[in-house]
Amino acid sequence: MSAAASRYETVIGLEVHAQLSTRSKMFCGCPTTFGAPPNTQTCPVCLGMPGVLPVVNRRAVEFGIRTALAFSCRVNEACRFARKHYYYPDMPKNYQISQYEEPLAEDGFLEIDVEGGARSIGIQRLHLEEDVGKLLHEGTLETAQASLVDFNRSGVALMETVSRPDLSSPAEAASYLRAFRSVLIFLGVCDGNMEEGSLRCDANVSIRPRGSAPLGTKVEIKNLNSFRNVQRALEFEVRRQAQALDAGERIVQETRLWEADRGYTRSMRTKEFAHDYRYFPEPDLVPLQIDRRWVEEIRAELPELPRAWRRRAVAQYGLPPYDAEVLTQSRALVDYYEAALRESSQASGAGTDRPKVLSNWIMSELLRVLPGDDERAIKSSPIPPRHLVGLLQLIENSTISGKIAKDVFQKMFDTGQDARTIVEREGLTQVADEGALGRVIDSVMAANPKAIEDYRRGKKEAKGALIGQVMKETRGKANPALVNRLLEDKLSQT
Amino acid sequence: MIDRKDVEHVARLTRLALTEPELERMREQLNSILAHLDTLRAVPTEGVEPTSHAVDVVNVMREDEPAPCLPRDVALANAPDPSDGLFRVPRIIEE
Ligand SMILES: [Zn+2]
Repeated sequence: MSAAASRYETVIGLEVHAQLSTRSKMFCGCPTTFGAPPNTQTCPVCLGMPGVLPVVNRRAVEFGIRTALAFSCRVNEACRFARKHYYYPDMPKNYQISQYEEPLAEDGFLEIDVEGGARSIGIQRLHLEEDVGKLLHEGTLETAQASLVDFNRSGVALMETVSRPDLSSPAEAASYLRAFRSVLIFLGVCDGNMEEGSLRCDANVSIRPRGSAPLGTKVEIKNLNSFRNVQRALEFEVRRQAQALDAGERIVQETRLWEADRGYTRSMRTKEFAHDYRYFPEPDLVPLQIDRRWVEEIRAELPELPRAWRRRAVAQYGLPPYDAEVLTQSRALVDYYEAALRESSQASGAGTDRPKVLSNWIMSELLRVLPGDDERAIKSSPIPPRHLVGLLQLIENSTISGKIAKDVFQKMFDTGQDARTIVEREGLTQVADEGALGRVIDSVMAANPKAIEDYRRGKKEAKGALIGQVMKETRGKANPALVNRLLEDKLSQT
Repeated sequence: MIDRKDVEHVARLTRLALTEPELERMREQLNSILAHLDTLRAVPTEGVEPTSHAVDVVNVMREDEPAPCLPRDVALANAPDPSDGLFRVPRIIEE
């Protein structure tokens, strides 16, 4: 890889298909619920029956415009739908309604974080189209005698966004996809769930000898359905192309499929006619003329986007950039954090560094039990922000130790109860009573004369063993700082 | 002029298995259709906006409201080989 990277320059462009979070499909009223029994969310329009008429979903256009504005694209005044023809059993009409010459929006950019700074990646176009059905194979792909088609997904609103070939490494491509996904989630136009196929990615990749002007032959790679796969597939493909060029071979312009399980790309269709889509304007849909006032209304309601939030979190809350990055992996997580901060500012005894303490607890504890990029999981967290703040208060006022707090956190997660309820029920209150602790220390000292002897002879680590005994006796509930001080007093007295 | 190769190409694109006589008949018919287009092409269209629709209407949209779907047995009524609520089709062979 590194050898190839030094001899050749890599040029990558990404096409991302995002399922829009509309309630009904792009051109008919069928619902879009994921996981419904096969073929229960279809109608004559999305089954491609003759004589039906599609009608554009206004919300899908709004989502497209919202996204276009977030990427600083030009929203075209006039746009139009077109038929893209090809045959595949997952597409009942034998054409897909898409956009061709007059897409919804063009010419934007997305800023991504790369090693040593930020880069602006051009966005060439953004258009709306409809999804196709889902094919299931009887048995394995190799031995299947038949395929089964579920048209529930057929006609679901899709937004395709094509980047310019501005990405110069597989890592940058993965970074682009991450930034892209997070913008869509913040905009609320797509749930970003890659396992469920809400976000799908194809890549165009070519390499050329470093410093040479003409672009190399580009290869399209399909089936890149996770960040990891985008990077792995592109790394494989760059290596494959470099080896071919080194061996004096020519790169063939083709479509290759990433086989994630096997870790390689394989040639898909090489016949040229596969790309002869014969686009023409969709006669069943009249053109759209996008009202400028509508665009301005949508612009006025754009939410704060991940990069802007990160900048503000660093400046206003004093968060390290790393924390801000982790928190922006989903909108729900940022909302969770902001809600916790608000709760915290109203709560009594607020510590001086609540923003950082909160982000520590979210990163090390909450994200240990919940996937941070799962909007639904974070939104329905059994530990709401208010409960997390309640737990932190118990630490700050020394009711419980930080160590016990982690156990309480787990119990809060398991039961949905707040920290105080659990601490009181289970008697976890930290022993901060000097008299009570003093008695425990006395009995521990009485039972360990050898440790005291060792300590006096200069073996200072013997004190650690005594502290350990005290913590054990109190089942972790003793205030460690207090134990340390009391023990030092007693050791110096005897 | 459309030649035999063009007709074969279009036939493949549309998944039509044409016999020899059909190929020849299609070639003639397609050429006569193109001849009509040549007549149209003679009309001066300088400065005329391309038209894709005969009606002068824009922005026909619907609200994002879910509507009832077809019962599954009705959706599958015309399927030649339904299987467990799915459309069963011959295995797909990639070209
Ligand atoms: Zn439908």
